[in-house]
Amino acid sequence: MTKALLDSHIVVDRGAFRLDLDLTIRAGEVVALLGPNGAGKTTALRALAGLLPVTDGHITLDGQRIDDPHERIFLSPEKRPIGVVFQDYLLFPHLTAEENVAFGPRCRGATRPDAHQTAAQWLRRVDLTDLAHYKPRRLSGGQAQRVALARALAVDPILLLLDEPLAALDARTRLNTRADLHRHLAEHLGATLLVTHDPLDALVLADRLVIIENGHTVQEGDAATITAQPRTDYVARLVGLNLYRGHGTGHTVTLDNTFVFTVADAVDGDVFVAFSPTAVALHTRQPDGSPRNSWPATVTGIQRHGDNLRIQLAGPINVAADITPAAATQLRLAPGEPVWAAIKATETRAYPA
Amino acid sequence: MAVPATPPSRKVGGRIPAGLLVPAGIGLAFLVLPLAGLLIRAPWSTMAERLAKPGVLTALRLSLQTASIATIVCVLLGVPLAWLLARVDFPGRKLVRALVTVPLVLPPVVGGVALLLAFGRKGLVGSWLDSTFGFTLPFTTTGVVVAEAFVAMPFLVIAVEGALRGADTRYEEAAATLGARRWTAFRRVTLPLVAPGIAAGAVLCWARALGEFGATITFAGNYPGRTQTMPLAVYLALETDFQDSIVLSLILLTVSVGILVSLRDKWLTAP
Repeated sequence: MTKALLDSHIVVDRGAFRLDLDLTIRAGEVVALLGPNGAGKTTALRALAGLLPVTDGHITLDGQRIDDPHERIFLSPEKRPIGVVFQDYLLFPHLTAEENVAFGPRCRGATRPDAHQTAAQWLRRVDLTDLAHYKPRRLSGGQAQRVALARALAVDPILLLLDEPLAALDARTRLNTRADLHRHLAEHLGATLLVTHDPLDALVLADRLVIIENGHTVQEGDAATITAQPRTDYVARLVGLNLYRGHGTGHTVTLDNTFVFTVADAVDGDVFVAFSPTAVALHTRQPDGSPRNSWPATVTGIQRHGDNLRIQLAGPINVAADITPAAATQLRLAPGEPVWAAIKATETRAYPA
Repeated sequence: MAVPATPPSRKVGGRIPAGLLVPAGIGLAFLVLPLAGLLIRAPWSTMAERLAKPGVLTALRLSLQTASIATIVCVLLGVPLAWLLARVDFPGRKLVRALVTVPLVLPPVVGGVALLLAFGRKGLVGSWLDSTFGFTLPFTTTGVVVAEAFVAMPFLVIAVEGALRGADTRYEEAAATLGARRWTAFRRVTLPLVAPGIAAGAVLCWARALGEFGATITFAGNYPGRTQTMPLAVYLALETDFQDSIVLSLILLTVSVGILVSLRDKWLTAP
């Protein structure tokens, strides 16, 4: 395993809010920092960029300590080998695309011709040579995003930071831009941190996900692990699973409120039980036969979810179930209606908490 | 085919209350009547020869020159001051801002007296200037510029500080992450972003300098060709030839309205 390029313990204490995050990124690795609004994602990014000093901990980049309150070290942002793509890109409105990209190299000591040559090269890499002399207001969202990426990469950063790089784009542009971004991030030899609240961006673009809530890491791992085994309600919602925590003995898991799941995996101790809303079956009467888990519930909400309907159910456990509109009609589902919910043991996943 | 009937025009909100309409009308008349008087009573038939009088053009040229130089001085000193007030959190910032706005509320004559005490031949700085460089400010054209700049600078500082506070500081952060030191970021990012605000402030500043009377006459006196600007010439003409003073006033009015028109997009459009 290669040595971590970024090695940091970022603590930012602001009284009511405290961010406390261990973050390491290896060379060539793309890490997504994923979390709900207000979780501290942007604070972490600003601390890494040097726009906000950490109150405790340290930031070490490529062996160089760039922020450490105990050692009284703070490297100001203009001296850090870091490139940032900001959320709404912040392209300088009075400069052309090329001048925007040349700004960084110029500030870092390149001569004017060299800076413009670098800028032209980067604009070619993001396929924007034709628009080099356009001012940002004439660029579309996707083009502006690519200029912002070129501008950040043109300073040859050891650490590339991206703050919600696709949030400002419409759905269609997003798809293409995400693919382009994936290619450019794969070519970036340094470390990359992607801050996002969109799980799809994180899953597509990142090698590893770090999920934070309320300033703390709640789960960390690759896309496959996180989508299969969420560990908090937020993560479960992100990946679209029902999630419960309980105590397991053999093939049964008892929740705190005494509800008992029968699960396929043999477990012991504190465990999570997760299953997909599509695996939940609804019945008008108590089902008999193979499904081992069934319970009476009340419909509390019905929403469209893709081609299906997502039914929110209250009862001994709150659960989301996805069923077809046809099935919903047959069951005469409406808010407040009683219904029986069932899940096969083989559809559940149980794993240690 | 039937012609579609136009719906009867209706207004929401009902009649305008007389209690508001009458004072509003009086207020408008109060503002407009003096200007109308200036236009109606102007000696239009002898206008050309009155304009051609030697003193008029000299005063106008001096006014335009001193107001322009004063504006340049205000921009060079006022923009950095505005930046300091808007961007740097230093102790006593509120006090500094209050001090900057004092000339705005100070009666200009008092400003003139204060300038004499500071820059006069026996003043705090003036005596030193005199003894060291043999350089005196009062009653010189430079003195006019000093008086005008003193009175007009707050207008520029306030306008530019407002523009700086309104500008998105994240652009400066973006510049910093690209390796720009604060001075570079100011020069290459902040300054172009607030350029419209600086231009607006400069015009306001220039207009104030052009109309300056009290501080100028107190600090620089009233010497034709040297310190006699248009407002001073108007005042002097009042006592010698009333018709001349109307002509001079009309010139100043024309210049002021010209400024207002050039800025209509900035200030005259209600939000």
